[in-house]
Amino acid sequence: MSHPSPSVHDHGTSHDAGHDTMHAGHGSLRSYLTGFVLAAVLTIIPFWLVMGHVIASPQTTILIVLGLAAVQIVVHMIYFLHLDTKSENGWNMLAFMFTLVLVVIVLGASVWVMYNENANMMPMSPQYIHHKQGA
Amino acid sequence: MNTVAIDTAPAEPRKFLCLEEAHPHNGTLLGFWLYLMSDCFIFASLFACNAVLGTSYAGGPTGHDVFDLPGLAVNTALLLISSVTFGFAMLEMARQRKRAVLVWLAVSGLLAAAFVGLEIHEFVTMIAAGAGPDRSAFLSSFFALVGTHGLHVSVGILWLIVLMFQLGKHGFTEANRRRLFCLSMFWHFLDLVWIGVFSYVYLVGVLR
Repeated sequence: MSHPSPSVHDHGTSHDAGHDTMHAGHGSLRSYLTGFVLAAVLTIIPFWLVMGHVIASPQTTILIVLGLAAVQIVVHMIYFLHLDTKSENGWNMLAFMFTLVLVVIVLGASVWVMYNENANMMPMSPQYIHHKQGA
Repeated sequence: MNTVAIDTAPAEPRKFLCLEEAHPHNGTLLGFWLYLMSDCFIFASLFACNAVLGTSYAGGPTGHDVFDLPGLAVNTALLLISSVTFGFAMLEMARQRKRAVLVWLAVSGLLAAAFVGLEIHEFVTMIAAGAGPDRSAFLSSFFALVGTHGLHVSVGILWLIVLMFQLGKHGFTEANRRRLFCLSMFWHFLDLVWIGVFSYVYLVGVLR
């Protein structure tokens, strides 16, 4: 793990030796429990919304469920994965931001393109006819 | 034949600004993080598939027909608690208590195994009811995404068992600590992906 060259110690600028070799994954009991409580609440709310039919409009419920999921992902990132701007000198965060941009492009563009494909190019599909008859 | 000798020795010794590249102190942990990010991308593609094909029922069952929400709630709770108990194992490792680490790892592994067991049961029930991956594009994308996640969890359990033996035999060596940190990231990452699965695939799938 630790490289035998003396230059290794040159860029260990901020941490004390022995501690910084395993920075990632460090947490405390408090951080894990805080994360657990937040995650549990953020899980129970969407289940309650969907199973209890709390909100009449499905669109509103979907938006709230997705919003809560996004918040819970951030909670997991902070309290379980301990992602911050300092771990691995910021490389973890940089890699994460890069991935986030790509994921948003892939998801957003796929949904956008295919929604328009569906809307414009397949008016005679069985589902469409079924949907029309049902409406 | 060829008698021309090529002089490979440089005219003068080469000068480098630095003799070797700077290595990040936690090379393995950063590398494993990059692997997780690429895994993230695999899941993003499968999510995109599900988003596009999620309503292509081909006259077959819809999400509302096949998804068992109470069972999903149990599964979600199992995975979340397993994530926290793994965190407890990491805390015990910081305190160098081997037995406690092994106990928490075993608890995490059993919870994850229960998760996989319930998921297999769900799959078998769905396939028996005629809602297998060959029924419609919606179900294909569902089985591909949820199955990939379940496969990750299963491999994680295998990794966990191997590490428990390593830990029991060799104790907290540098290598074992590094491996546990990697598995910890993997474990929490799979719980993170599951948030997307239960929220988007199941809960939103029931509504749309």
